[in-house]
Amino acid sequence: MNMGNEQGATSAPMASVGLANKDNRKRLSLRNEEISMRVKDLNLYYGSDQALKNITMDIPNKRVTAFIGPSGCGKSTLLRCFNRMNDLIDICRIEGEITIEGNDIYHPSVDVPELRRKVGMVFQKPNPFPKSIYENIAYGLRLQGVTNRRKLDEVVENSLRRAALWDEVKDRLNDNAFGLSGGQQQRLVIARAIAIEPEVILLDEPCSALDPISTAKVEELIIDLKESYTIVIVTHNMQQAARVSDFTAYMYLGELIEYDDTAKLFTNPAKKATEDYITGRYG
Amino acid sequence: MKRWFKSGDPWIWLIGGAVSISIIMVVGLLLLIAVRGLGHFWQSPIVETTFHDEGQEIVVLGTIRSTETVTAQAVREAGFDVPEDQELVTRYLFHLGNRDLTGRDFQWFIGDFLEEFRYPEDAIMLERREWGNFFGYLAAVKEGDQIVAEGEAAFSELRERLARARDLVDATVDMERYDIGRINFAIEQERLEQRRIELNDRLGSEEKAERIAQSEAEVARLNAEYQELFEELTELRASGRRDSLVARTSDGREVTINLGDVVRATRANTMSVPQKMREYGSRFWAFMTGYPREANTEGGIFPAIFGTVMMVFIMSIVVTPFGVLAAIYLREYAKQGPVTRIVRISVNNLAGVPSIVFGVFGLGFFVYFLGGNIDQLFYPERLPAPTFGSPGLIWASLTLALLTLPVVIVSTEEGLTRIPKAMREGSLALGATKAETLWKVIVPVSTPAMMTGLILAVARAAGEVAPLMLVGVVKLAPNLPVDGQFPYIHLERRIMHLGFHIYDVGFQSPNAEAARPLVYATALILVLLILVLNLTAIAVRNRLREKYKSESD
Repeated sequence: MNMGNEQGATSAPMASVGLANKDNRKRLSLRNEEISMRVKDLNLYYGSDQALKNITMDIPNKRVTAFIGPSGCGKSTLLRCFNRMNDLIDICRIEGEITIEGNDIYHPSVDVPELRRKVGMVFQKPNPFPKSIYENIAYGLRLQGVTNRRKLDEVVENSLRRAALWDEVKDRLNDNAFGLSGGQQQRLVIARAIAIEPEVILLDEPCSALDPISTAKVEELIIDLKESYTIVIVTHNMQQAARVSDFTAYMYLGELIEYDDTAKLFTNPAKKATEDYITGRYG
Repeated sequence: MKRWFKSGDPWIWLIGGAVSISIIMVVGLLLLIAVRGLGHFWQSPIVETTFHDEGQEIVVLGTIRSTETVTAQAVREAGFDVPEDQELVTRYLFHLGNRDLTGRDFQWFIGDFLEEFRYPEDAIMLERREWGNFFGYLAAVKEGDQIVAEGEAAFSELRERLARARDLVDATVDMERYDIGRINFAIEQERLEQRRIELNDRLGSEEKAERIAQSEAEVARLNAEYQELFEELTELRASGRRDSLVARTSDGREVTINLGDVVRATRANTMSVPQKMREYGSRFWAFMTGYPREANTEGGIFPAIFGTVMMVFIMSIVVTPFGVLAAIYLREYAKQGPVTRIVRISVNNLAGVPSIVFGVFGLGFFVYFLGGNIDQLFYPERLPAPTFGSPGLIWASLTLALLTLPVVIVSTEEGLTRIPKAMREGSLALGATKAETLWKVIVPVSTPAMMTGLILAVARAAGEVAPLMLVGVVKLAPNLPVDGQFPYIHLERRIMHLGFHIYDVGFQSPNAEAARPLVYATALILVLLILVLNLTAIAVRNRLREKYKSESD
């Protein structure tokens, strides 16, 4: 298992990204960024299959980081490590370390629901609850025990405004959320995620089920939101990654191949594999 | 031909045929019981005719219950002189009534020996509290020994006085049931109180004597009250029996019938269609709301309807939480493995166990073990008379709950599995714990599935008879399980049940001919009752579905 041998060698400086192959180790312009999340020597197994191999990377604070790569490369799996969604899969096993602001999120003492409150997530398909629009947004707050109606009203309105949905739904807050269009539902789900004021928002292919107009709206929203949140987005769409992200990581077969400034990665990739993928010569 | 098979048409025909046959069978079944059951309440004309047999002449008066055609051969063998060249003979089943006078209610007559049917206008039919119907001709109405009306005027006088007598009899029955019942209950409570004092070891003998004396005083007071009521009752009863009627039967005998014994009187042959319809409604209402008479072959089925509904309600209240919790545990918390699989298989097989086995279990476990211990612990003063240690409503409901538990578990589990994973993840990603996700998202969304389970459970439970005979359903229950006496709902009481009522009336009845239409009518009510219960549940489910509508449905 040669990956293991290299683990020691990849103990890179804090503000840099270690790659599996040390010859290609590269210092990012990340140096000047404040770091939100750190991944160190992360290996993830589904039973006996290894899905993530020796991932080490830093996610900058209040920036958009995109993960790209072909299907099955592990980018969604990696994303779901940040809020421990993989815990739901019985056969999943994790080695290595992920820290958010210095705290190891896989430490046994970590309160997982508390972690997920800090690390919000939006899924590939919009998944509102079969409740009213209002109750969908208020759900997270009610979980925290907020019952004050005025406070709830305020948060619902703010969240919907920030998700650019307020004007479309303000007259039907008590209607079932399933009455909204796909794009509206996805923005509703984003509003639901930001209603509980997380620090990080994970977006798992948020636009793959949406039409181009809705996609444009969500992308705009992502760019707005990075003022206040650290955003990690998984996408199949390279144009989207280029449009919305500040940093991009290219993954292939569970390995992190290249991780760099988005502009740099798309215009001047350091690796042949990356170039092949972004120019469409992959496979 | 081969192409026709390949085109798939034969399958469509096969499927269509199967569906049509099922529908025809269901509709046919419903029609049969509806026609037979509902026809019973329609007033058929009173027929008068003369039967000639070997020189004898018998005047026959009654309604025709049924007509059938039999072979002449069979009739000849029975000893009747039917001409040789005749092949078929029509015979009529007459409802003659007058069971107290002739000893028989129904009789077959061969059409060949009957004169032409006559429909006399002055023939009356009386529905009596005892001895079934009376057919005859009204002669006079009497108050005491005084004749107050005769001839044409007699019938309208009879109707007026009958209404009065009926009100008085109803008042007597109410008084017996409620006022006297209340006093008897209170006296019984005092007796139990005395037993309790005697069994209480913590009391000194003096204190015991004192308390018992107090109780005795209370009993004496109650007895005095009872005496008063009883006098009132006797007076009321006598007043209800003031009037009587004199009638002549078809064979010329004159009888006197007290109006206190008559429920309703009709001159069937003079009734117009609207009158008959009014009479029909009144009879149907009496059937639905009345108490049974004459070994259940007459009167109403109200206690059976009430008992069935109560039992199904209590069953639902018990089975829903248990089934839902079990399903949630099995699906959400239990580790999916061989053990859960065995549990699931066992639950499914439980649904296939013959219901009588549940009855035996209910009798052994609920009635004798649980009920027996409850009596030991909480009702020692009533022993050796059992309270919960004998079959009763609560045990019948629990046995049915056990019987229907698998249905609720299976449908709830199915509902839980159908919920998209994304919905759970959405909730968890917002920082909800597993329990919060379960109670705030998963359970509300799967309520329609739980309602489906409940609907199936209700349908099965309401129609179940066999186990109930062992655990709490009886032919005739003296009291309803709900009344005005504390604690108002008496779960330990035995109940009547529509299903068992059908069995009892149909197969255990001494007067099979009289009971037959009631079997159909009761069956119809049972089917309608189940339908109403189900429709209610379906309406609730549809509302829930609407509320938790999601893309997946």
